[in-house]
Amino acid sequence: METAHNNLLVEPGHSNASITEKITHIPLTTIRKTSRGWILGFLISFLGMMVFLFAVTILFIRGVGIWGINIPVGWAFAITSFVWWIGIGHAGTLISAILLLFRQNWRTSINRFAEAMTLFAVANAALFPILHLGRPQYFYTLFPYPNIYSLWPNFRSPLVWDVFAITTYALVSLLFWYMGLVPDLSTMRDKAKNVFARRIYGMMSLGWRNSIRHWHHYQSVYFLLAVLATPLVISVHSIVSVDFAYGIVPGWHSTIFPPYFVAGAVFSGFAMVLTLMIPLRSFFKWKGMITDRHLDLMAKIMLSVGLVVAYGYITELFEAFYSGNAMTIFNITDRASGYYSPLYWTLIACNVLVPQLLWSKKVRSAPLVLFVISLLINVGMWVERFVIIVQGLSKDFMPSAWAVFNPTIWDILTFVGTIGVFLTLLFLFVRLLPAISIFEMRELVHHEATHADKDTQPLHLESLGNEGGRDGLIPGK
Amino acid sequence: MPPLFPPRSNFIARASLIALPILVVAIVVGLVLYGASSAVTQVGVPVAQPVPFPHTFHVTAVKLDCRYCHASVDKSSFADLPPTETCMTCHSQILLASPNLIPVHESWESGQPIQWTKVNQLADFVFFNHEIHVNKGVGCETCHGRVDQMTTDVKENSFYMAWCLDCHRNPEKFLRPVEEVMTMGYQPAENQLVVGAKLVKDYEILPASQLINCSICHR
Repeated sequence: METAHNNLLVEPGHSNASITEKITHIPLTTIRKTSRGWILGFLISFLGMMVFLFAVTILFIRGVGIWGINIPVGWAFAITSFVWWIGIGHAGTLISAILLLFRQNWRTSINRFAEAMTLFAVANAALFPILHLGRPQYFYTLFPYPNIYSLWPNFRSPLVWDVFAITTYALVSLLFWYMGLVPDLSTMRDKAKNVFARRIYGMMSLGWRNSIRHWHHYQSVYFLLAVLATPLVISVHSIVSVDFAYGIVPGWHSTIFPPYFVAGAVFSGFAMVLTLMIPLRSFFKWKGMITDRHLDLMAKIMLSVGLVVAYGYITELFEAFYSGNAMTIFNITDRASGYYSPLYWTLIACNVLVPQLLWSKKVRSAPLVLFVISLLINVGMWVERFVIIVQGLSKDFMPSAWAVFNPTIWDILTFVGTIGVFLTLLFLFVRLLPAISIFEMRELVHHEATHADKDTQPLHLESLGNEGGRDGLIPGK
Repeated sequence: MPPLFPPRSNFIARASLIALPILVVAIVVGLVLYGASSAVTQVGVPVAQPVPFPHTFHVTAVKLDCRYCHASVDKSSFADLPPTETCMTCHSQILLASPNLIPVHESWESGQPIQWTKVNQLADFVFFNHEIHVNKGVGCETCHGRVDQMTTDVKENSFYMAWCLDCHRNPEKFLRPVEEVMTMGYQPAENQLVVGAKLVKDYEILPASQLINCSICHR
């Protein structure tokens, strides 16, 4: 019985009504009854956001020179954090789009949250390319618009591709997330007691009535978006990786970067989902919906992409020595024994050694251990990007142009501040919107009840439920 | 329970679907029109000077050559503004009583230059060279308009980079023989493109690919 229980994606005994109640309960709590934990968490995050705004204000007033960057190392914390945040965002799209294409119904209870995480991570990521400009007020010249200079961006630069990649990615992620929210917002509209809340959710749900035609269109568009988002997510981080791979800097110029960066993105993204999900599910008592099976499956994906990342490290090492190029070999040996070697070994420990624990079922079913592992992976992946970017730049072809980068307080505050921005948005999201997809959970409850024996059965729209909908009865059932 | 939204919300929802894109387009078009208007470009806006210098009188009636006052225009990158001495060559004897000329005489007495207001002010990261244009057949009129008809100074063109590049990409559309550079009201030949192309060849004007290179102006 115990093992069978562990394999369930939703706790037995859940009905459409209980799922709806459990999820809508959090956003619909009145302001006065907001939990203390949420208020405390929000305030701490908000403080982080203020730190960010402070650091950025000083940055705008005094210029990028307040950071520790120097002439050989022009890219450091800002770009590291940019790649890190954009990588974190990728797990959201992987969960919502790629797992949808593979009909993985365990994505159901985590996709909404992961998509929100994507959006907020992309919002943070998109800040850095602007903040790290010496003249951030002219960032708009990166967009191709007819202007009085008769001047266009240089479309050969991966940094210009970044602009297109990130804006497209942000837009598609937003659409995908919002589309997923529409049916749930209608549930919120119907469950809310307060007229103001009903109006707001009512406007946001765009008059969703649960009609079969709505669901038919909805399903087609949702799959189409998933099909579009899948190549997008892979190309976006590949484009980000090309920022480096196109450079001639030793340690950058490598053809393995695009897939290896994407793997790293999924790796760090899943780690971030776990880091956030484990505390949240115990705080909000979501264990019935985000079961140990979910954590187990996420850990498995994390392990598999972790192995791809480890393969990337090994290939880089092998390639360097196999190339016979003195500069590349020097770069690798400097990585392992030079100024930044403690960081290199940290990343090997966090990204290669620690994830090997995930082979064990015991580890995967211990949320606390998983939480620690996922935190370590987040750290490891940040350090990975830092080592790639900074170590390569700090010692390249000309020994006369060697210099190390050390962060200043402003580097650190800007990065820490973005964590504050991220958490602030996340706290607001959890408080104001259904953090778990209600209608997909209802579908899952139905699925578990009727097809529990046939796990591979694709999901149907049979049981989208009339919970809160006015004409939710779906004919042909 | 009463309906959440009254029936007129249907109209508001539909109208906003139409109105929002229209609003966005209107804002964009409005910004473009505003950007091209004289409020931004200053084209056609008369510029007040400490001395109301009528170009029209000095060019049309006195028949001065442009280079009488702007002497370095065909020798230097900068087409100089005439010093007070140039004015005083005539105005030490002519129109002595005119109140308009008081600043000129004051400048002569004190040795302080007249504070003319520049009409065509380029940013300092643009290195414009007058001499090269004058000697390669770009008429004064092409850029500065009919100065011989200006009672007050007026900016004739936006002097935006796109405007400069338009000519650097297709100089044959604008060139005239070097002898005609100072001519006001020059009538371009009917086959301007043919004449222009010949002038491009004769004056050894660089191909567009080189003329629109950054280093031509932004040094």
